[in-house]
Amino acid sequence: MLIEWQFILIFAAIAVVFPGVPILIARFIRPSKPNPIKQQTYECGIETVGASWIQFKVQYYIFALIFVVFDLEAVFLFPIAAALNQLAFFAVFEVILFVLILAVGLAYAWRSDALEWF
Amino acid sequence: MAFDIVQFLESIVKLEMFDYLSKVWAGDVPSWLINGVSDIAGVLIICTFNLLIVLFLIWFERKIIARIQDRIGPNRVGGRYGLLQPVADAMKLMTKEDLTPAGADKIAFNLAPLIVVVAALMMWAVIPFAPGVSGTNLNVGVFYILAISSVSVVALILAGWGSNNKYALLGAFRSVAQLVSYEVPMIMALLIPIILAGTMSTQGIVIQQSIWYVFVVPLSALIFFISALAELGRTPFDLLEAESEIVAGYHIEYSGMKFAMFFLAEFIGTLFMAALFTTIYLGGWRGPGAVQYPILGLFYFSLKMFFVYFLFVWIRGTLPRVRIDQLLNLNWKFLVPLVLALILVVALVSKTMEGAEEWKTAAVLLLSNLILGLLALDFIRRYARQQRSESEEVVEVEETIDTQTVTTAAH
Amino acid sequence: MTITIQQVVFIIISAITLISAWIVVTDRNLFHAAIALMASFAGVAGLYILLDAGFLAASQLLVYIGAISILIIFAIMMTRRLMQTTESPYNSQWRWGILGALLAFILLAVLIFQTWPADTFAGPAIVSPATLRGSVTDLGEALVSVDQFVLPFEVASVLLLAALVGAIVIARPEDSQ
Repeated sequence: MLIEWQFILIFAAIAVVFPGVPILIARFIRPSKPNPIKQQTYECGIETVGASWIQFKVQYYIFALIFVVFDLEAVFLFPIAAALNQLAFFAVFEVILFVLILAVGLAYAWRSDALEWF
Repeated sequence: MAFDIVQFLESIVKLEMFDYLSKVWAGDVPSWLINGVSDIAGVLIICTFNLLIVLFLIWFERKIIARIQDRIGPNRVGGRYGLLQPVADAMKLMTKEDLTPAGADKIAFNLAPLIVVVAALMMWAVIPFAPGVSGTNLNVGVFYILAISSVSVVALILAGWGSNNKYALLGAFRSVAQLVSYEVPMIMALLIPIILAGTMSTQGIVIQQSIWYVFVVPLSALIFFISALAELGRTPFDLLEAESEIVAGYHIEYSGMKFAMFFLAEFIGTLFMAALFTTIYLGGWRGPGAVQYPILGLFYFSLKMFFVYFLFVWIRGTLPRVRIDQLLNLNWKFLVPLVLALILVVALVSKTMEGAEEWKTAAVLLLSNLILGLLALDFIRRYARQQRSESEEVVEVEETIDTQTVTTAAH
Repeated sequence: MTITIQQVVFIIISAITLISAWIVVTDRNLFHAAIALMASFAGVAGLYILLDAGFLAASQLLVYIGAISILIIFAIMMTRRLMQTTESPYNSQWRWGILGALLAFILLAVLIFQTWPADTFAGPAIVSPATLRGSVTDLGEALVSVDQFVLPFEVASVLLLAALVGAIVIARPEDSQ
């Protein structure tokens, strides 16, 4: 089974080179006249005001967090789903219990307004 | 064995060229070299095919969207149909100056476009193009695809942060929120064909589809289609790239070839989602005569893949954009509960009907999908009615306030 | 001793993992440290592939790089101004630190070589073909069969629920109606 991953390794090695080639070619073709005005960061055409940091809304963090929990749920469910044909019928109830417990978590997030985009 | 041109042509029809060539040179060259060279050749074929097909796809998309919008589209470069337009675009991007904003973090700024393209390319390694032909047949093929597509999300934060620009960062955060949210229904929706096929390998799923899964579990196909649209950042979910919105989002500060990389990665990703959809739901290379003449399998696969890509373009030209809060509400309050319910229903039905004949299982699954879909539509209708009555209340309240202010002003 | 390609790949992947882990600990720029952390996660995924655990490698990529790295970066951005570099990561007790690390290394080496004597690593791995086959189906079966891992599986769901509820309670915006 390890031999099948050899293709992935070769692919990774070559795929890293692939986008590098046009960028390298472009480096020889394109003009390069650096100029402090050109290198200013873009703020709708006016000068930047203040340092480059923003008020970080906690909403982003909550969505990423809920995603982690459901990601892990999927990691558990994948091998069970692949093997479902060979398992006893009782396994379906175990899966239902697993999904329901996490659905309770989603319901809690919904009711406590954690899913609102303020 | 001597090289025989007739047998070589036969092996092309059977898409076994490398096996044939390795038999011809079996005595002279060690087997690991043959394997390595055929692997490298396979990688180069996939990468070159992707880069070349993107040129065609750019033209295809612009023409079709133009026609939907009742105009002509590119018709100057390369003859009456503008066929060389993408080549002109590529050359323009290559010759643009590469501006790096002041204070940008060199590592993050340069790494981000590379990661998106590499991730978009590496997903193609497990797609079965024909019976017995795929880059490699991993026993965890579908899971590998999901893993690589979640790696490309990280590149967005690198791009947004590395640009040293408030708007880029804000755009990157919103993009990440969107991508990360829609990965949940995509992952869950892919569980269902795995339950039906009993394997995670993409080639295995195609082999098991004597009835295409889009006819057995259409709700799962629909959920996957919607989340794929959102994952790719295409209309109606392309809020973050729209020029009138957050000013081009996380790739504001990129120019020249690095910008082209983001663009390229989006097209390759779109074609890949079309390929994945055909593999998992439309039966991949399956079709009459595909097993005896594998080159026909390749033909069927390409046909289905381009049809799904046409669906993507059609939707882009037709539907308006959704707001970001509508986007996230649609995901967490509708798609995720729906897909969880669907998983439970499919697991239950599939286990109950174990041992029954295939078409009976398919029929029961189809029925349960339709029932669940109608229930979901009913929920949407009720929700829409509730929203409408709420907004009507607000209008009534505003009208009474207006009359009150009018009467007080008159005194 | 002949070196196989597998060993060369192992050395390269281990070097990537260890060097990025070193950068994580010593880099002053927190964001570069986060990028190096992702590189070390990828290296660990490569090591899982070499151990013939493809499913585990893919789930490492999916969960660690795809989800947890994003959380870490968000956490960095929530608590620090972006372009600020932090204080030096070295403190004044680094000599005692090296002594402690050396003792830990010797302890671990002794433990490992007591359990698996050194000649286990001389020849090819003696693993039964059933274990080598290691299919995902077996993993799925193990997760739900009553005499294997079904109880940890269900408890894991409760653990995830607790993590979700706890994080929402802590991170919820204070001005929610």
